[in-house]
Amino acid sequence: MTAAGPGGGDAPPRVPGPTAAPAEVAALTDGEWHRLHPATPLLKGGIALVILLGIVVNNAREFVVGAFVPGERGDGEGDPFGYVLGHGLLLWILLGIVGFVALLVAVFWLSWRMNTFRVTDDTVEVRSGVVFRTNRRARLDRVQGINIQRPVVARVFGAAKLEISQAGDDANVTLAYLRSASADDLRREILRRASGAQRRDDEGPGATHAPSLAKGGFVGVVEQRAQEFLRDGDGPEEAPPASVVKVDVRRLVGSVVLSGFTLFIVAAVVAVIVSVRLTGEFFLLFALLPAALSTGPYYVSRVTKSLRYSIAGTRDGVRIGYGLFSTTNETLPPGRIHSVRVSQPLLWRPFGWWQISINKASRSKAGDAAAQQSGAILLPVGDEGDVRRVLELVLPELVGVGAAEAELAAGAAGASGAGAGAGAAGAGAAGAAGRVDESAPTAERAQEPLVLAKEVGEAADDHASHTLRLIEDGLTSRGADGGFTTSPRRAAVLRWFSWRRNGFRAAPGAVLLRKGAIWRELVIVPLPRVQSVGLHQGPLLRRMRLAAVHLHTVAGPITAQVGALDEHDAMTFFRDTARDAVAAAQADRTHRWLSAAVGDPARASASPAPAADADPHDPTHPHPDGGRP
Amino acid sequence: MDRLDVDDATWTGISPRYVWPEVVGWLVTGLLVAAATIPLWFLDAWQWRLVTVALVVATLVTCAFVPRRVRSIRYQLREDDLLLRKGILVLRFVAVPYGRMQLIDINRGPVVRALGLSDLKFVTAAAASAVTIPGVPEAEAEALRDRLVELAESRRAGL
Repeated sequence: MTAAGPGGGDAPPRVPGPTAAPAEVAALTDGEWHRLHPATPLLKGGIALVILLGIVVNNAREFVVGAFVPGERGDGEGDPFGYVLGHGLLLWILLGIVGFVALLVAVFWLSWRMNTFRVTDDTVEVRSGVVFRTNRRARLDRVQGINIQRPVVARVFGAAKLEISQAGDDANVTLAYLRSASADDLRREILRRASGAQRRDDEGPGATHAPSLAKGGFVGVVEQRAQEFLRDGDGPEEAPPASVVKVDVRRLVGSVVLSGFTLFIVAAVVAVIVSVRLTGEFFLLFALLPAALSTGPYYVSRVTKSLRYSIAGTRDGVRIGYGLFSTTNETLPPGRIHSVRVSQPLLWRPFGWWQISINKASRSKAGDAAAQQSGAILLPVGDEGDVRRVLELVLPELVGVGAAEAELAAGAAGASGAGAGAGAAGAGAAGAAGRVDESAPTAERAQEPLVLAKEVGEAADDHASHTLRLIEDGLTSRGADGGFTTSPRRAAVLRWFSWRRNGFRAAPGAVLLRKGAIWRELVIVPLPRVQSVGLHQGPLLRRMRLAAVHLHTVAGPITAQVGALDEHDAMTFFRDTARDAVAAAQADRTHRWLSAAVGDPARASASPAPAADADPHDPTHPHPDGGRP
Repeated sequence: MDRLDVDDATWTGISPRYVWPEVVGWLVTGLLVAAATIPLWFLDAWQWRLVTVALVVATLVTCAFVPRRVRSIRYQLREDDLLLRKGILVLRFVAVPYGRMQLIDINRGPVVRALGLSDLKFVTAAAASAVTIPGVPEAEAEALRDRLVELAESRRAGL
């Protein structure tokens, strides 16, 4: 039992609630080796069986057609199925298939036997492989995210795949498959241990689920499966954090139809018409026919992948879920998002829709490019309000009330003499110098908590409207609006339409890069995540006294680069960002994001969810809808 | 026209001997590519031979610029980060905070080793960082590496 945290529980539980982890999780995380869900070989082998069945059916196709369409029946020449029937080999073939399946089952069963995992206070470790044994151990405080996938077959069995993302290529620790409910619990427990929180987790009711098979009987099991299937991808106790964004199905379909891909198709159609008109030949039409046939499925898969999208803030970071039949549910702890891009394809502009993508440190296997792509999209489509609500979740220290609260808390702590270092926190990731000044008199008279709470509320509203302006400015503004430094006029040769828009701005704890007049985008790089800063100037840029600045972050779909800046602006930007990135990285405590709650007070500002005085799940907390337009 | 520079620049250059490995590298590459075009000589048109000539000339011109390029590679250890500057045609500045260095490589090619030099390569979590200080005298490189590892250790941050 690990009722208390690794440090021995020097802080009392927040709410007098269940002090023990749900029995099943406690069993899974007791540091001993455990096996995975017993249906695992079936779920993994099921795919092989389906493929086998597909081959058989494919070969029998002509035979089956022949049975229904009289007169078409051949003598079995060139048709393996007919050949088999014709030569009396059916029995042997069937025996062969049965033997093959038995062998497969045996192999998968063996691999299940050999596949074990354990979760200790600091690490998660997986052993697998029969002939070639693998042992992978990952440190929990290096967790980049936890992903729970429920493919449709696995959902039927009430199983789920838990993937613990680590930084690097194919560096994930995969637990496939687990019982659906225990996957949710395990995620919560792993995140709790990773967060460095020195107290019991009291999120969710706990221990109300996990009815064993024996208890419910067959009907009970069916009922439970049905309930699980009908619920969102989440487990029972994961429901409370409601999604801050609802993606309307019509809007989703519209966004997919109006994507850049459609532009490409239109261009292709025009090309075909022109070529037919000019040459009278149809070769281009035939050349493009296969591609045309695949567009339909492409659109459908794009839509279904993003159906039932949800995003919500939990104490352990942002939780993103999507998928209709096969569901995916990913939790990204604070500080695991390396850059954010808000972009608008050309055709979305009349509707005011935006998309948000992110760079993450974890990358799945090289062959899994599609999953990669979808994992990088944080918001498939949304309007400006949606964008702001999502950014509030992923960049709390920049946008929204989290920043204002942290500043006020820092001011209050300084005034009451609780922490002399709290002032330094203001200079860190969250501190906007002007705001700290404003909050100082507040803190002096804020002896009564009620006054302070009121001030926090007002400041939060103030800050929310301020950041709303900031984001709105960044999305659509041009020129110096919103405090951006833009390209000089002479850069118009290089940025025909966007030179007035192409620019950068330093914000508290982040850098904003505003680009593109036709394909608008805003790239936001949190300063603590900047790996290094580069400036370069090629011969052409040098002649024009321009330069480009590149903020290096982990690899992903976003390249945080802004070109065609005045060379002195660029140099100032380079120098300031290099300096601020160092300071921000040193002040950053998201590595153990909840250790701040009981650690030194100066750290509280770096924690996006100041859990010591505000519960992010509290519906009265202004976070989800504070200052909505 | 003055090149762009940071204000408080007290740059450290690399060893001028690093010219040789660069020259050898360019010569070998250029001449190999030029040699690969020799079969073109057997085509009818004599103009094909100009391709080989052009490649040889390009190689020699590149080699002539190597000393300036090597002189342009400079670095400085600032309080919190390593600043690197290189390039004459394409000027490039990179600032890598010490806490962001994930590992430091010391590479020695055959020519570099013969001259008693080392190449230092810094790796961060971002592939784009790609920071290399070539041509540092061997003893100095090891000292620099140890010092930077120590600095990185004391300022270690997450990703």
